[in-house]
Amino acid sequence: MYAFVNGPLVWIAFAVFILGSIWQIAALYRMSKRTDKVFYNHYNSGAAASSVINWLIPFGSHSWREHPGFTVLTFAFHICLLAAPIFALGHSATLAFNLNISWPNLPDSLVDTLTLVFMAAAAGILIRRFVVPQVRIVTEPKDIVVWAITVLPFVTGYMAAHKMLLDPDTMLLLHALTGCLMLICIPFTKLAHVFLFFMSRAFIGSEFARRGTKTW
Amino acid sequence: MSDQKPVNAADIRAVLERNDSARLRAWLKTCASCGLCSESCFFYLANDNNPEFMPQYKVRKTLGELIKRQGEVSREELEDMKEIAWARCTMCRRCTQYCPFGIDMGLMINIARQCMRTQNVCPERLMNIDQSYVEFGNQMQIPDEEFVETCEWMAEEGQATIKDLEIPIDKQDARIMFIVNSREPKYYPQDIQEAAIVMHVAGDNWTMPSHGWEATNLSMFSGNIAVAGMVAQSVYDAALKLNAKKICVTECGHAYRAAKYEGPYWTKQPNGQAPVEVTHAVALFHEYMKEGKIKLKHKFKDPITLQHPCNLSRSGDLGEQADELMEMLCENFIPMEPHREWSHCCCGGGGFIPMGPDYKRTRMVAGKVKAEQIRKTGAKYVLVPCHNCTDQINDLNKEYDLGIKIVSFKQLICELMEVPPHMQPEEEDEE
Ligand code: SF4
Ligand code: SF4
Repeated sequence: MYAFVNGPLVWIAFAVFILGSIWQIAALYRMSKRTDKVFYNHYNSGAAASSVINWLIPFGSHSWREHPGFTVLTFAFHICLLAAPIFALGHSATLAFNLNISWPNLPDSLVDTLTLVFMAAAAGILIRRFVVPQVRIVTEPKDIVVWAITVLPFVTGYMAAHKMLLDPDTMLLLHALTGCLMLICIPFTKLAHVFLFFMSRAFIGSEFARRGTKTW
Repeated sequence: MSDQKPVNAADIRAVLERNDSARLRAWLKTCASCGLCSESCFFYLANDNNPEFMPQYKVRKTLGELIKRQGEVSREELEDMKEIAWARCTMCRRCTQYCPFGIDMGLMINIARQCMRTQNVCPERLMNIDQSYVEFGNQMQIPDEEFVETCEWMAEEGQATIKDLEIPIDKQDARIMFIVNSREPKYYPQDIQEAAIVMHVAGDNWTMPSHGWEATNLSMFSGNIAVAGMVAQSVYDAALKLNAKKICVTECGHAYRAAKYEGPYWTKQPNGQAPVEVTHAVALFHEYMKEGKIKLKHKFKDPITLQHPCNLSRSGDLGEQADELMEMLCENFIPMEPHREWSHCCCGGGGFIPMGPDYKRTRMVAGKVKAEQIRKTGAKYVLVPCHNCTDQINDLNKEYDLGIKIVSFKQLICELMEVPPHMQPEEEDEE
């Protein structure tokens, strides 16, 4: 079991994540050629780029500036979400051990901090869902499921590293399992916004730019 | 009221199919239900932050349901959706600017309207307007002859102010083919006269078509895209027939958007461009002022603010030019906050004004945001370059006791401009 999860399953998960995403992007791209002429007639690369970049910068868009609390939460969430796993010593060591790739890593204490900030931000986002009426009204069970899928690998990773709750090996197993689950879910759930963000922002940036209007 | 025939789900599915695009699929999939779009919507703000007015919720309750159930809904459910799609959203698209993914809720509400329109679930008056377009070519059932007569009458009467004032009809090869909102010949013929005076004094080569003169395109709001396309096509055809260089739309918001941006798609123009360039009175007057074709006796002195119609300043490209024109004409221009492309809808758009008295209460409640914006500027004059906004702000003026006066660009220019001596009628010389 352990060998499967840490071996083939990880490979499968990455393959599903990457191929699934490419497949989704390609399908939408092909469809857009037929159904989104407005984009190809008026494509504006400058506006498309600004539309993406300004939303990737904290407080870079009107909307971010008008919602400072949520901006801090979202950016803390997403930055830590990317940085902690990419630079975790455990992951780097696994890569070195299995594939002989040397990968940069951050000190454990820093990765711990990133993970804790991530979990705090995730908790904040979840609480916001229930206490802010205009968010609660559009919250569906699948929003919570997707939230849980994203958060679980971090909770289990942190617990494994700190020998909490279960014995570290079992925890690690759960960590790998939930991590794989998240990767597999990305192309097929709302998590697809990882890549769809760029597509829809490029579209709307172009579409509004031909009317002299900014969407950031 | 709508007839009680059973719902024809196949017709709804056909609309969904026609609108099934890559961007729509991406939007449906990405929405993170984050709620950032809420406070961007004036309906939400004006209704005490009632969450049921937040944009994504409105889309979910209309288009979302129609897609999920593939059109298999009851008439009662459609009636509920109608109240959301027509009375809780003007498709002003401000929320799109506030969504991290740029999801176009206005467009999605429009698709929902198209679905409902196939079942004749739509505000009665908008459906009648569709019919009027088909029968008369305009929203107000005006026969073309009557329109031409009105123009002749206005030209004649205008000669008291401008010697030899003309309203050329069907002139070939003109630079500008001017088209109007049919409210003008019907209720405000003075508007046609003022526009004629401005173009005459600027020395432009212009004309109006005897058919295809209607600029409004309210079928865009009823969801009857076939008729919307027909209206746009008749404007293009008129310009092609007269070999005009440009089509110029009168001071109306949605008419400009329909002719310039949406019409080309309804009428399947190659490259998404109208066959004849489309411009707007704001741009035309801006050009006259910039090039010195119109000179002023003096600028307008009182504090004045400008309503930026959504379809000119957000879904059209005229926000900046409108502000510049204000600066050229007025000494004391106070912009509203926020303004230009970030402007709030006044709630006159999206078909609200022609939807009639049944919807007035809703309009007055939701217009609160605009009323407050106006009040904050302290200006007693509001320049409004759109007929629907004009009606709405007039109503808001009474409802909220704003004590303001509403003017249009052409009206202001007529008041301020210098009429060259050779255009002045003889009698006036003695003064
Ligand atoms: S802002 Fe965009 S992503 Fe967020 S709830 Fe509204 S539509 Fe969905
Ligand atoms: S398009 Fe305008 S009216 Fe409609 S939900 Fe968005 S902000 Fe509100």
